[in-house]
Amino acid sequence: MRLRIRRQDLVCQQVVELVTDYLEDRLSRADRGRLDAHLAGCPHCTEYLAQLRATIALAGRITPADLTPQMRTEMIALYRQWRQG
Amino acid sequence: MPADGTPDSMLLERLRLGDEQAFVLLVQRYRDSMLRIAACYVPGLAVAEEVVQDTWLAVLRGMARFEGRSSVRTWLFRILVNRARTTGERERRSIAIGDELGPAVDQARFDSTGHWSAPPAHWVDQLEDRLTAEKMVSRIRTAMLDLPARQREVVTLRDIEGLSSDEVCGVLEITEANQRVLLHRGRSRLRQVLETEFGRA
Repeated sequence: MRLRIRRQDLVCQQVVELVTDYLEDRLSRADRGRLDAHLAGCPHCTEYLAQLRATIALAGRITPADLTPQMRTEMIALYRQWRQG
Repeated sequence: MPADGTPDSMLLERLRLGDEQAFVLLVQRYRDSMLRIAACYVPGLAVAEEVVQDTWLAVLRGMARFEGRSSVRTWLFRILVNRARTTGERERRSIAIGDELGPAVDQARFDSTGHWSAPPAHWVDQLEDRLTAEKMVSRIRTAMLDLPARQREVVTLRDIEGLSSDEVCGVLEITEANQRVLLHRGRSRLRQVLETEFGRA
């Protein structure tokens, strides 16, 4: 017996707004189920989610460019100055 | 706390006792992260380095008052963000969160029923090519600078520095809901930038 009225299926335009909550695991169990069901039948939204995951992974590979080596020396000087001050 | 080496809290304890080596270790441990975060607020690496130095001075002056209610990392980054904001005030556009928000994907790409009319082209597989991936990392680095400041902060801390959402809320002093909205918008924009870049190639 189903007590709850089944809400409408998600459409793609809603999915792209829910993907962050999905990845953050902040969707209710019901919404997560609806999103999973949509993804199972929608290759475009599946691709979209894969692209978002890829974007996050690529951002994690950013490294600071061209750090100057004299910073360490400067920091030690800063510390010694502070101790004396 | 990093998986290897001494926990931050122990280094801070040693630093409080006057251990210069502990200071150097902490500075080195967080140098890259702090520079990347500072770069969200100020132009150029030289200014970012100044902000980081100011931060460590503030840490030395304030460490006696640190009570351990947050992690050492959250505490350090909060000091850093406050310093960087002050320094970058001229550049910083203060916009209410709502003003920075739009749809994750241009509405024109959906039909009247909300289904894709212009679906995303496939490109994730192409990232298996090392050179392509490197090019896209570099594209994201540039695109980060074009994000609205609040989105850039959150994306930097979450996706570049790998902080948890709790930590980001602690550092930026924002609610979890706002954190998630800003993250969503920022990530969506970066994805769009990559899609455009692949479309051009």
